[in-house]
Amino acid sequence: MNNTNVIQAEGLTKMFGDFTAVNAITFEVKKGEIFGFLGANGAGKTTAIKMLIGISNPTSGQAHVAGFDVSTQAEDIKKNIGYMSQKFALYDDLTVKENITFFGGIYGLTKIKIKEKTKELIEDLGLEEVANQLVGSLPLGWKQKISFSVALLHEPKIVFLDEPTGGVDPITRRQFWEMIYRASHQGTTIFVTTHYMDEAEYCDRVSIMVNGKIEALDTPKELKKQFQVDSMNDVFLKLARG
Amino acid sequence: MKRFIGFITKEFYHIFRDRRSLFILFGMPIVQILLFGFAITNEINNVDIAILDHSKDATTKEIINKISASKYFSIKQLIEREDDIEAVFKKGKVKAVLNFEKDFSKNLVKDHKATVQIITDATDPNTANTISNYVSSILQKYQQEQNKAITINYIIVPQPRMVYNPELKSVYMFVPGVMTIILMLVSAMMTSISITREKELGTMEILLVSPIKPFQVIIGKVFPYIFLSIINAIVIVLLSIFIFKMPVQGSLFLLGLESVLFIISALALGILISTISATQQTAMMISLMGLMLPVILLSGFIFPISSMPLPLQIISNAIPAKWFIIILKGIMLKGVGLQFIWKETLILLGMTVFFIGLSVKKYKIRLE
Repeated sequence: MNNTNVIQAEGLTKMFGDFTAVNAITFEVKKGEIFGFLGANGAGKTTAIKMLIGISNPTSGQAHVAGFDVSTQAEDIKKNIGYMSQKFALYDDLTVKENITFFGGIYGLTKIKIKEKTKELIEDLGLEEVANQLVGSLPLGWKQKISFSVALLHEPKIVFLDEPTGGVDPITRRQFWEMIYRASHQGTTIFVTTHYMDEAEYCDRVSIMVNGKIEALDTPKELKKQFQVDSMNDVFLKLARG
Repeated sequence: MKRFIGFITKEFYHIFRDRRSLFILFGMPIVQILLFGFAITNEINNVDIAILDHSKDATTKEIINKISASKYFSIKQLIEREDDIEAVFKKGKVKAVLNFEKDFSKNLVKDHKATVQIITDATDPNTANTISNYVSSILQKYQQEQNKAITINYIIVPQPRMVYNPELKSVYMFVPGVMTIILMLVSAMMTSISITREKELGTMEILLVSPIKPFQVIIGKVFPYIFLSIINAIVIVLLSIFIFKMPVQGSLFLLGLESVLFIISALALGILISTISATQQTAMMISLMGLMLPVILLSGFIFPISSMPLPLQIISNAIPAKWFIIILKGIMLKGVGLQFIWKETLILLGMTVFFIGLSVKKYKIRLE
């Protein structure tokens, strides 16, 4: 296995009965890369992610994440990755600080480390005023940023973001991508799914899934060249229409 | 361990910041116990009755005096004609009418026999039955007193003695039942709701992706409710001792152990419900319909199991609450030790193990 590849999947397949949700996908993600994982709803993105983060066993094929096998070393993978779902799941009835303390705690951070991280996070996001407010009272955009920062608390090697920008306004999305870039500069690998095609342009490399298979995988620039179109949106349309 | 404590702290935040669950946890037990203890009762006290006395002689007067002297009845009305019986019932003023026949004393002396009709309002059959029994027993007592003077060859005197609850207080019956309902409600419903809530919010997914293990998540979620259920059990026992003067005859320690066993079986059921329901609403409906109704109807709490049709009697065996109520009544009222309730305890234990096994299995399937 190549040292610079933090994710490596070979023929990764998931079947539910007769239905093949993910059909022998093969790809790798390099360290520090922002990897866009695109596809229409139902293309198999979420199922693929679930296998990579170790909460669903592949039917066949294999994958290594952060150097660990997804079928046999799921527990090791969990310590090395961060995950943010489309629901920005934080506890609404806990304050910002309590959420950070809780998630820091389940990742086994020490009390001192949690304190340090809490301070850092609150300063970075400018949350001084609301740190002791219940998360439920905050706007969606803030929840999303806090959720992302919480996923980075334990300094994971890879962060999986499952449609992280659903339902937030364009300005907040922009700010969010700035946060992604910052994390990427610090060496964190970003694995992100989205169906906003403009966001695909921000990725270093992009894969496009159609009906459980990866139909295209390259830099946005190369993909546009290959399909002779001007935008990722058109690349996607061409692929989806077959 | 540190993770575990963090998890439980979070769980307590959830509980204490949600007024609804706080009410279910602490308000409900007290309200239910007081309601069942005071309002819903099978005893009769100061029941209004009417008297229709056709003879108005010494004997009937004496009997009427005895009845009015008892704390069970108060004579509301004296009526003169048969036609008035229907009228007083229709007005709803009285629950019963005593109708003494004409020449009561004379008949008694002449024929050794006189009749008094006890007419009761059976729209409420239980009360009617009780009234009729109470009146009969007052009459019987009177008759025995009279017969002391006269020598009769032999007489059979039934001497009923109600043991374990001599005053027939209905609170004795309700306390074990209400305790069962509350422990079931708090343990099963609250845990199933709190677990499905995490599923609904998407935080369950985050927890599963974290290094914390699934069984730690479940134990972390369940632990606070074990703690709170035990507090509830203590509150109920204290209420019944100090407010209803219902003593606990048996060992408090054994009572505690059996309660913990029942709480764990209810928690396992709660986990099981959470694995099959996707939303909090579903979890609540399944808990209410699938657990509460059988507990109330089939556990022997309100309706005696022995008078149910056979199929229901068989079904009632599958309800953990039935066994727990038998155990509770044994310890609280009869003061028995484990040697008399080991069978019920063993059944409850078996059920608990079964439910835990089933929910662990279900939970794993879901993770797949």
